[in-house]
Amino acid sequence: MRYSGLQVIKEGLFGNKGWKPAWRDPAPKAEYDAIIIGGGGHGLSTAYYLAKNHGLTNIAVLEKGYLGSGNIGRNTTIVRANYFLPGNSEFYSHSMKLWEGLEIDLNYNVMHSQRGLINLFHSDGQRDAFVRRGNSMINQGDDAILLDREGVREMLPYLDFEQTRFPIYGGLYHPRGGTARHDAVAWGYARGADRRGVDLIQNCEVTGIDIQNGKVVGVQTTRGAIKAKKVGIVVAGRSSQVAAMAGMRLPIESHILQAFVTEGLKPVIDHVVSFGMGHFYISQSDKGGLVFGGDLDFYASYASRGNLPMVEHVMEAGMTLMPMIGRAKVLRSWGGIMDMSPDGSPIIDKTHVDGLFLDCGWNYGGFKAVPASGFCMAHLMATGESHPVAARFKLNRFATGHILDEEGTGSQHNLH
Amino acid sequence: MRLTCPLCGERDRREFYYYGSEDYLNRPAPDAPPQAWDDHLHNRDNPAGVTRDLWYHDMGCSSWLVVTRNTVTHEIHAVELVADRKGGAA
Repeated sequence: MRYSGLQVIKEGLFGNKGWKPAWRDPAPKAEYDAIIIGGGGHGLSTAYYLAKNHGLTNIAVLEKGYLGSGNIGRNTTIVRANYFLPGNSEFYSHSMKLWEGLEIDLNYNVMHSQRGLINLFHSDGQRDAFVRRGNSMINQGDDAILLDREGVREMLPYLDFEQTRFPIYGGLYHPRGGTARHDAVAWGYARGADRRGVDLIQNCEVTGIDIQNGKVVGVQTTRGAIKAKKVGIVVAGRSSQVAAMAGMRLPIESHILQAFVTEGLKPVIDHVVSFGMGHFYISQSDKGGLVFGGDLDFYASYASRGNLPMVEHVMEAGMTLMPMIGRAKVLRSWGGIMDMSPDGSPIIDKTHVDGLFLDCGWNYGGFKAVPASGFCMAHLMATGESHPVAARFKLNRFATGHILDEEGTGSQHNLH
Repeated sequence: MRLTCPLCGERDRREFYYYGSEDYLNRPAPDAPPQAWDDHLHNRDNPAGVTRDLWYHDMGCSSWLVVTRNTVTHEIHAVELVADRKGGAA
């Protein structure tokens, strides 16, 4: 069923009895042309673009829980293309262009809101770094505007401009940045893939990857064996466990990232704002809750919950930047499991096994990458070649020295 | 999360700096092939369960520690001094 304004009115007049489930619930077939392990944002978008761009429709997405039950269901929803390094810059630029056409492409409201993103800076050195970043974004064809202190004050009058410890010198304004409704992104891609014939199979955990003579031939699951000559691992958060089924040891360490939501408030924060001194970022959801987060907890973990030191740190950073939020009550917090790579950049590549592909290492920037990640992973699985905008996301780049260390912090998994 | 430093006793997690997997202690020989160095620096077992990793008692006695803990439950099983390992610190 195609969604439209007319359809909403028609259904409204007749008691909303005509709506159908947005996707089927098929049983797994014995064999597919390709299998994608992982029904999160990246896995579903991979399936969608395999069907749409490459005409591969005899494919399945295998999800151990329900669709969109991982980090796509819990994140701070920021969409931006403000990267500095060649390799990252063109990829996130491509992703932004896909975001901008996504709702029409999917015929689904993902509530993409280009409300603008402002990264604040607090010293001369930090300003210079942001000028370089802004120039890099402009060279990539994206948008960046340098704001001075008064320019920031005009847009964000509620910040604490009087403090002397972290004075606000200005900000780098990225007007096309913003947010999107995270669940709707998963649902939109799921519906789009399903409508093109992709089988979305839930409650189907992959327990083994079958390899013969160096070629992948299928997977073992809790719902039986399924054959396929191409298998994509798209399970960020659990990449090490699934890759181990194919005998691989990945350059990934899993870490916890906490985020927080307050009770619903009247509109007060119109943009996405990040604090340059405390790694704090905040936006306001359409329901009115303030959505904010900070750094990793800094130790390897799969616990899906963090510890108090980082809770305290994030709250301190928020209060330092915008004391007005101190009266808001935090409604809930959560910890997501992040695939942290040694340089803070992702991996979309072939593996040592013929027909087995890997999409992982999204650190804590996976949400904005969902469209381009699926687009490039689909290109890789269909053609066997890396898409030009993802050509540097190689699995072996740590061994060859071609790293993409956006922050220049060195080869340690938790420093990015 | 609290860690029991063998020298200082039980202390808050804030006193410690997490460095990474115990793999960092198993330094390859200087003439080892590049693959061994890649494994040493980058590739990890990354278990969902019991792991052993390196922590530094930054705000305490400045000892390097090997912590055995569970990454799913955050339970701490053992904290040992790196200096007590057979052969001493790497």
